[in-house]
Amino acid sequence: MEGGAVDGMLEFMIEATHITKSFAGRRVVDDVTFRAEPGSVTGFLGPNGAGKTTTLRILVGLTEPDDGRATVLGGPYAALERPGRRVGTLLDASAQHVGRRGREALALSALLLEVPGRRVDELLEYVGLDGGAGHKRVGQYSLGMRQRLGLAHALLGDPEVLILDEPANGLDPEGMRWMREVLRDFADRGGTVLLSSHLLAEVEAIADRMVIIGGGRVQAQGTHAELLPEDLTLARAVDGEGLAAALAGAGLVARPAPDGGLFVDADPDRIGLAALTGGVALSHLSAADSAGLERLFFDLTSTPAKAEPITHEPLIGASA
Amino acid sequence: MSTQNLTLLTKPRPVSGGPSLLTLIRVELRKMLDTRAGLWTALGVVGLSAVVVAVRAFSAQPEDQTLEAMMGYAIEPAGLLLPVVGVLLVASEWSQRTALNTFTLVPQRGYVLGAKLGAAVVLAAAMLVASFVISGAGTLLASPGVDGTWSMPLGQVGQYGVYLVISMLIGVAFGAATLISAPAIVLYFALPLGITAATSLSFLEGAGEWIDTQRTLAELPEGLVSADGWARVGTTVALWVALPLAIGAYRILRREIRS
Repeated sequence: MEGGAVDGMLEFMIEATHITKSFAGRRVVDDVTFRAEPGSVTGFLGPNGAGKTTTLRILVGLTEPDDGRATVLGGPYAALERPGRRVGTLLDASAQHVGRRGREALALSALLLEVPGRRVDELLEYVGLDGGAGHKRVGQYSLGMRQRLGLAHALLGDPEVLILDEPANGLDPEGMRWMREVLRDFADRGGTVLLSSHLLAEVEAIADRMVIIGGGRVQAQGTHAELLPEDLTLARAVDGEGLAAALAGAGLVARPAPDGGLFVDADPDRIGLAALTGGVALSHLSAADSAGLERLFFDLTSTPAKAEPITHEPLIGASA
Repeated sequence: MSTQNLTLLTKPRPVSGGPSLLTLIRVELRKMLDTRAGLWTALGVVGLSAVVVAVRAFSAQPEDQTLEAMMGYAIEPAGLLLPVVGVLLVASEWSQRTALNTFTLVPQRGYVLGAKLGAAVVLAAAMLVASFVISGAGTLLASPGVDGTWSMPLGQVGQYGVYLVISMLIGVAFGAATLISAPAIVLYFALPLGITAATSLSFLEGAGEWIDTQRTLAELPEGLVSADGWARVGTTVALWVALPLAIGAYRILRREIRS
């Protein structure tokens, strides 16, 4: 028995434990461990080629891991009875027959899931593909329309869990905002969302927790607050050099921010005081927030795929 | 577009058990016919069959206008083109990348393959019925008035069915072994030609009697087949259906689903 009996008692709806996968000798996913909780959106963030898609494919049983264990709703995905009624997936919005009409693609899955046909129309309307769009062939769809169709497909079985690979690709800004609302709503109703993206801003805007992956390994994970390594403040002044000098004088560490100004490893109080002491007028002072996260993201993932990530294993005495 | 009004299905879930094999077969049948390629191939088979029969009805000698003679012609387009539908039934899942959805909704891959085989047989049976309707209409139209216009041994009816099912399954097996539509279709048409050419060499002549589909299967719609003939059909099926299907099943069941 899986599923129903333990329904609602699971702490983690998605659990990846030490997943490892190599293709042709190249380790694409390397000891990946993370979890996704109900009522939350987990963002799986990493540059292209970091191993996100392979990990998601392993979660839904399309790819067999070399090592490690992937469970969804407490067991292997493939062991779920009628998985589409419990887990909605969107792995590739373009993976639809180009000669099939959008509505028909949904109707086929509705037959498999044994959900009423009216749900197809309801979902087409929900994702904004009602009217003529559903009767067009998928080949005529833009990528954004395919993403909408894919999301409708994922939601068709009214699942508890959503696993989405780059769902915002191809969406216009309005579409992205809409997607965020849909996923937020889904999580707020108690659902579990795992979505991947290579765009930090996108994940940051929606995810409650982030799992940052680079070179096949999890580089960091946690909530937004947990991920920011320290108090980081963005400070700007008209007299930039004066500010730098004033900060140095107060013994604070600062480095240039991408859009001008300085990142300072200190809270705003101390910076304000340092500026006052140095006689520099501040024009901007705020928690670095997303800028800090962006720096973290690039620091963690911009190493070449082959380079060793930072580890804390002893250099001597490691197993041969 | 709104985020407010999506109704939730009645809990509790899940419904016990996955979809029944019958449901899967229904879905596979619908998938064969709900795309442009699939629909037009099927309509093409029926249309071509009607044209062939119509030509015979107006031009052939009366003795070539019996139901059995008409049926021999009516069934040819299906014998030729059904395998293409069979190839697409499996290979288009990869060429059109729908395998991703198919196997996430039904992770039991063998079950899906079984449903495809079932759907292939159902479609072959439907084509048999359509061929009978068309050739019957042609016979009626021609009304040749010769002895045995409407008579046909029951065994022959069965042979038509076997012929169409084997043709269809060859297509499915080729689609499964290659998992890519266009090369599978080319291979399906080119390989028999190659075999026919090769077995025209004197020292391969004997093999041709057993493995050349153009010879072994061609017997089926043309009169009752002898025991020897069935042995040759069996050999052909082993080589053209069982072997590629085994390769295909291995690829589909064991390999990761890439699309």
